[in-house]
Amino acid sequence: MSQTLTEKPIVPAVATETATGERKGLTKKEIAADHPTWCPGCGDFSVLALYFKLIEKRKLWHEKITTISGIGCSSRFPYFVQAHGAHFIHGRALPFASGVSLSRPDLHVFAFSGDGDAFSIGGNHFTHTARKNIKMTLVVMDNQVYGLTKKQTSPTSPLGFKSKTDIWGAVEYPINPAKQAIAVGASFVARTTASNPNHVLATMEAAMDHDGFSFVHCLSECVEFYEGAFDSANPRKGGAFNEVPKNHDVTDEMAAYKLASADFPGNFGVLYQVKKPTKNAREAEINASFQSKFAGQKDWQILQKTFDRMK
Amino acid sequence: MSNATVGVSSGGAPKISRINEVVIRIAGNSQDGIQAIGGFLARLAGRSEQEVMTFMTIPSTISGGPSIFQVRIGSGEVLTSGDDADVLLCFYQHSYEGHINSLKKKGIVLYDSDHVVPKEEWQADYHHVGIPISSLTVEAIGGTAKDKGKNIYSLGLIARMFDLNVPKLEKLLGERFTGKDPSILNNALAAFHAGYANSPSNVMETFQITESQKKDGHQVVMNGNEAIGYGLIAAGVRFGAGYPITPWTDIMELLRRELPKYGGSFIQCEDEIASVSMALGASFAGRVAVTGSSGPGIALKTEAIGWAVMAEMPLVVINVQRGGPSTGMPTNIEQSDLNIAINGGHGDAPRVVLAPANVEDCFYMAIEAVNIARKYSTPVFFLTDQGIATRIEAFTEPNLEKICQDISPDLTPVASHKPYDLAAKDGVTQHIKPGTRILDGKYPIATGLEHDEYGHPSGSPKVHMAQNAKRRKKLQALGATLPLPKVYGPPEGNILLVGWGSTEGPIREAVDRFRAAGDSVSAIHLRHVNPLPNGLENIFSGFHHVFVVEMNDEGLYGIGQLGTVLRARYADSKIQGINKTDGLTWKVKEIVELVKAKAKK
Repeated sequence: MSQTLTEKPIVPAVATETATGERKGLTKKEIAADHPTWCPGCGDFSVLALYFKLIEKRKLWHEKITTISGIGCSSRFPYFVQAHGAHFIHGRALPFASGVSLSRPDLHVFAFSGDGDAFSIGGNHFTHTARKNIKMTLVVMDNQVYGLTKKQTSPTSPLGFKSKTDIWGAVEYPINPAKQAIAVGASFVARTTASNPNHVLATMEAAMDHDGFSFVHCLSECVEFYEGAFDSANPRKGGAFNEVPKNHDVTDEMAAYKLASADFPGNFGVLYQVKKPTKNAREAEINASFQSKFAGQKDWQILQKTFDRMK
Repeated sequence: MSNATVGVSSGGAPKISRINEVVIRIAGNSQDGIQAIGGFLARLAGRSEQEVMTFMTIPSTISGGPSIFQVRIGSGEVLTSGDDADVLLCFYQHSYEGHINSLKKKGIVLYDSDHVVPKEEWQADYHHVGIPISSLTVEAIGGTAKDKGKNIYSLGLIARMFDLNVPKLEKLLGERFTGKDPSILNNALAAFHAGYANSPSNVMETFQITESQKKDGHQVVMNGNEAIGYGLIAAGVRFGAGYPITPWTDIMELLRRELPKYGGSFIQCEDEIASVSMALGASFAGRVAVTGSSGPGIALKTEAIGWAVMAEMPLVVINVQRGGPSTGMPTNIEQSDLNIAINGGHGDAPRVVLAPANVEDCFYMAIEAVNIARKYSTPVFFLTDQGIATRIEAFTEPNLEKICQDISPDLTPVASHKPYDLAAKDGVTQHIKPGTRILDGKYPIATGLEHDEYGHPSGSPKVHMAQNAKRRKKLQALGATLPLPKVYGPPEGNILLVGWGSTEGPIREAVDRFRAAGDSVSAIHLRHVNPLPNGLENIFSGFHHVFVVEMNDEGLYGIGQLGTVLRARYADSKIQGINKTDGLTWKVKEIVELVKAKAKK
């Protein structure tokens, strides 16, 4: 039998597992690749720095993480990380990442996206990847504006936001990403903001440890085209950073939905988290039940059985 | 039915005639199970080492609608499912009236007299045999079955008429109904034997198909879609993703069902774009994956295929063509996706296009597609059509032990890696897979942006031109390895027919017909459509006319899709198009007539 989806990872997942101890955890310098092309002051720098920190802290190796993105400012992410990665097409990072996740259970799959990429052109995939509960972490850096194309209305732009495509102010109701994620069956839904680094790190870490589709909605300010968008969530700018109440039951879907519905800036932290079988686990189960019938047989022998019936 | 003329005996015991081949057309509605009779006949022929080819039409309606199945069984080489039938079995008035024209003069029309009223004016031309098939089936298996079972009853009639091997057919019935309620098999056998016993005593003669020469080894019998699915499995493909659309769907159903046995998965996605994206994710992560579609689904995938060209990611895209554009003619046969296969998408995006010529070819070329995708790190389009997808053929059983390959990714650490190395031999990229450690700590990005040799973005005109050349050169290198197609018929003469894909059979039969009549006609068949093999001009130079026979529109300039490609490459005005878009496979006589008309001009 060739190496299959159901088999165990070939290489241990974290650096500390080496028998010889020859490999230490990576330093920030080893993880950083190209210098980011983002504008000075962009919130995405913070997310990138905290992704590095996550890799450092959890002693992940370059080759065990896969960083995947679509198109947009945020989606330049993979170029800045020394790891296997793919910069895919606009809106389709999630199905691409699903292909990686479903065929390689030994890898940590991270997808980085923006509000346009994830909720507009890629909206359909957001729904279905969550519904299928495919194991990966999706971090959406939401700046509530199209930045790469220089200030058009995005699906999360608030009513009245003046952009080049709505010079009189946005007239369409914005998407509430956390509510949508809960409604379509995501098993991990969290909110954070790039202006609170420790919180971003803790949220990404919890997301990475979740066995299933984990969605991190991260506010990330575009200083060029929507300056001050998230001041109300930033104590340094006179706003308030309200964490999810301590007594919130993260497995209570209705309570989570209610929290997610709060007026902006709302609450930050894990809103919803439930354990349910992943698509990865379900497929592995199907495979195990089929393969038990063909134990010890080579692939060609299994195919031969099928051909024998076609004679 | 060569070697024997069908006629009515003047009573007494039916006489037995020996024939080389027979074409049977069964016409009814799609829910009558006529595909099942055809399938049994085809499989029986395969087991009897005869050649067989089938043709079917299915309605695009949700349930019901007229449907036919035509099967041609012969002891010699069978190239097509036959222009005209020797026997027409029809269940309804519309099947009778709609298909009598496809019957040879003096052929047998076997009709269900419960539903069909024969026409006086056709009595002289065709031998009519009426049997109350519906009521006799009910009589044989009880009243509950209603319309069910008359297909098996009719199989019994045909078995008697053509002296088919009853024990083998019983075994096939047993296999077909295995595992189900035993009463279902008993009913099927009862219906079959009732049909066999009641074979029309007013049929003048029965027929024996001469035994064919012993072939090497066994034959397997399957349709084109099955051959593709199993070919991919043999090639080592273990991941695929797709979205249901006719006539591609059979392949995804097969892979969904079969891949778990091999530790693989086929994922049904939310849409066409997700499926090509997911397949590319799996290709990036491990080994060549497959996606596929038909008609509009292919159009939806083209952006991601452009990414695969730019990122140089291996991928197999099965395109079971159907009539287009848009929703078009979903259950009809057309070869009108050659343009989108070669050029679909924006930018300069060279990719490989293969087109299998028959069912056996579907199996072997699926393996070739996987291996080209791997070797040249490129998307490969695999063009079949509705005709080849549902056509059943028998072919020599492949040696699976030799053929099956393991293409698991190699995750051995490497010292360094430049995925888009401009100095690579023939410009061929070889990606290393996630999970592979790179000792110098520099990791590659697979990207749709124009990029430097490590995959990092570059807007430099120099880099763009160099990488464009790299992507072009690797396919030119592939082209240089491709064998020239063999000329069917003499290598020099008056007319050369050029075909591609599923039309090989009728084109060859047309050549046979021309040559039998003393006309100088030969043919070549292109299975590698993009890149083309080198040296076709040397073949063309041996002929006065080069006619490209395709099932697509002649287009604005009158030369069809492949014709346009050949004109562009060889700038030779003797290349002309012979095209049609009636949604049906070529009849041999259609090709013959169109070639004659074209040659006169």
